[in-house]
Amino acid sequence: MPYPTAFQDSLSKLEASREFRKEQIIKRLSEEERTLLIEAFHPDYRPEAMKDVSLGVNMGQKVPLEFASVVESYSRIEPEKINLDSPDFNVDILVIGGGGGGSAAALTAHSQGARVLLTTKLRLGDANTLMAEGGICAPVRPDDDPYKHFLDTLGGGHYTNVPEIVKALVLDCPKIANWLIDLGVMFDFEEDGTLKVNHCGGHSRKRLLSCKDLTGLEIMRVLRDEIRNLEIPYLEFSPAVEIILDSEGLCGGAVLYNMETEEYYVVKANAVILASGGIGRLHVQSFPTTNHYGATADGLVIGYRAGAELIHMDSIQYHPTGVVWPEQLLGQLITEVMRGHGTHLVNVDGERFINELECRDTCASALIRECEDRRKGVVTPTGMEGIWMDTPLVEGVEKHFVGIYQRFKKYDIDISKEPILVFPTQHYQNGGLKITPHGETTIPGLFAAGEVSGGVQGKNRLAGNSLLDIFVFGRRSALKAVQLMNQKRSELTLQHVIDYQKKLEALGIDKSKKSPVLLPDYIRDETKAKKN
Amino acid sequence: MAELIPIYFMGKEYNVPEGSTILSAIEHAGYQLIRGCGCRGGFCGACATIYRIPGDHQIKVGLACQTQIEENMTLAILPSYPANKAFYELESVENPVNALRQAYPEIFKCLGCSACTKICPQDISVMDYIAGAQRGDLEKVAEMSFDCIMCGLCASRCLAQMVPYNIAMMARRLYAKTTLIKPDYVLKRIEEVDQGKYSAEIDKLIGKDIEELRILYADRDIEGI
Ligand SMILES: Cc1cc2nc3c(=O)[nH]c(=O)nc-3n(C[C@H](O)[C@H](O)[C@H](O)COP(=O)(O)OP(=O)(O)OC[C@H]3O[C@@H](n4cnc5c(N)ncnc54)[C@H](O)[C@@H]3O)c2cc1C
Ligand code: FES
Repeated sequence: MPYPTAFQDSLSKLEASREFRKEQIIKRLSEEERTLLIEAFHPDYRPEAMKDVSLGVNMGQKVPLEFASVVESYSRIEPEKINLDSPDFNVDILVIGGGGGGSAAALTAHSQGARVLLTTKLRLGDANTLMAEGGICAPVRPDDDPYKHFLDTLGGGHYTNVPEIVKALVLDCPKIANWLIDLGVMFDFEEDGTLKVNHCGGHSRKRLLSCKDLTGLEIMRVLRDEIRNLEIPYLEFSPAVEIILDSEGLCGGAVLYNMETEEYYVVKANAVILASGGIGRLHVQSFPTTNHYGATADGLVIGYRAGAELIHMDSIQYHPTGVVWPEQLLGQLITEVMRGHGTHLVNVDGERFINELECRDTCASALIRECEDRRKGVVTPTGMEGIWMDTPLVEGVEKHFVGIYQRFKKYDIDISKEPILVFPTQHYQNGGLKITPHGETTIPGLFAAGEVSGGVQGKNRLAGNSLLDIFVFGRRSALKAVQLMNQKRSELTLQHVIDYQKKLEALGIDKSKKSPVLLPDYIRDETKAKKN
Repeated sequence: MAELIPIYFMGKEYNVPEGSTILSAIEHAGYQLIRGCGCRGGFCGACATIYRIPGDHQIKVGLACQTQIEENMTLAILPSYPANKAFYELESVENPVNALRQAYPEIFKCLGCSACTKICPQDISVMDYIAGAQRGDLEKVAEMSFDCIMCGLCASRCLAQMVPYNIAMMARRLYAKTTLIKPDYVLKRIEEVDQGKYSAEIDKLIGKDIEELRILYADRDIEGI
């Protein structure tokens, strides 16, 4: 039983309009039309879903309610009880997070002779990085260049990106591609020996390098293998739960929590690189997410508590095409490359309604408008709504998108013959800890790289720019951090945590609220009621 | 609300909604997993699950995040499986086939039982790529093993006590490093950037106000599909 009978009517309309749609040209929106659409329908513009932060450096700025809640929470530790005098680990550089950003930072710092410790919450590599399907940007082809990439990124981000950081991003890009190729990443090649490049939303050139449709998996397992080859020490299931400062306000390490033995470890380090990723598992506005299990905004919370400034935290990326049916796959990503290959987005009546190569926020807003405003969504038997992505339009879809093809096959849906039902899903945190082009946060000695950082992508990220971002700034922050190797740290302290908690108390915030949350809470209320 | 059906998680009975994935069924039962859950999307291999159905003697496997529950199944998630891994320096490898054989001489101990292939939740013909490794056909190993998520199930079953997924890992890197030739234009672009070729042009853009940028953006030339 592939699709429920309730879908058949709409499926017939979709098939009937296919030939017509192939010839149909839908113009790209003008800047004004795009702005109007986004302001009317993008979830970031729902005032009731936002709140002013009530304490800290960004006090008074709007953030999503779910994020405000974890920021306005107490520490998991009792700061007075942590013995900072005899650290469990003493290293030059502590890297927090075992995804792509953290791995690149650890490998780079190690190559510079630093004593590195990497700590991560799940296993090394269990991260958003490993889930990336589409690819990584690299304007290396002769008819492409960093200038074009720069303009595309800035325009895609609605000119809110910090331009100096984007400059670093695009100029370092060829080095990153080269580094990954040298590490033995199996990129796709054309028969003529050139690197295969794909198109996707918002880019003016085909510039996405891919490793079939498992780019993140391939890159991540290579980096992990290299970390193991070089025997760089790493801890698993040991998330950071607080940043340690020294009495002069410089970053001096972190407190880690062994989730299995429930012990705390003190790490003393001259520099800390936060690469703990995004926020998807907080389920902002109850959206499903594409993110991995550990994406709970921990790094943002502990960085903020230590006094680092945030930027663009009111901006979240919803990927236009998350799975709606079957529900077992709810929220999972259908890569943008699928749109780049010429699939159409089609409403219940078999009509297209947007140029599929528009940026993500534009497409996502158009899907929401089609369902919520124009009532042209396809309604599922459980009352959810979606839009068709007409995958049979892609010749050889079962070969180019093996992963996706097989996932649907398990539910008796053959995407080479039938479309996929999609709706926006929470995908990427655009904002984060504010950084310089060298990955420095506003706290000396504390760096941020990857999804946890902000400013690179502005308020809308282009496809393929995040994998690039994590490697560029993982590497850059490590190169800067090793320069601090010989600095001395004065007495270590968690006074900032004590002070922060006093403010929470003064605000009358419930003392049972603790963060970082570490893992999402999927326990049912009925079960919770039975727990003590 | 879906009908509840019994499953046995590590031998204990729980009644969980029909149609759920194994992962969501376990969570429905009240567990907050620390191990056994990573990406929740079929990419990371943290949730390799072994199960049996009453009346069927065969061992079955699946990824907990991708596999639907079956009534009365008895299951366990493999939290970790000890594995050995060769240490090697990719840069200094001269003969990739020999390097692989030296790093993992046990490939020649394969008994051809195909337990690895039968258990792979990704439907990879593990035994065939090991045969490829024996013959020194790195391309075959690389291509056949490409979908590997390194969940460890093959290693748990191998009669010759190999860790196939680590062998494939090394083979893929060797293959990419020694066979896929980096196009010249990558190094050329690095050179251009190092010589500052694009820096001034980009700085000019940084100096422009948003209105000017908008015009440039709107007028930019876009490559067709
Ligand atoms: C399904 C999917 C597809 C994507 N496709 C693409 C694509 O095709 N191209 C592209 O450019 N981008 C893509 N992205 C985005 C991109 O993959 C991510 O933004 C990027 O990989 C993030 O890398 P990171 O290193 O910053 O974070 P992650 O890779 O998420 O790594 C963060 C790590 O830190 C760990 N961690 C969390 N909290 C703590 C803590 N308290 N202490 C220690 N460790 C902690 C996490 O568990 C994780 O291991 C995709 C994302 C998803 C989810
Ligand atoms: S949780 Fe990653 S494969 Fe299932």
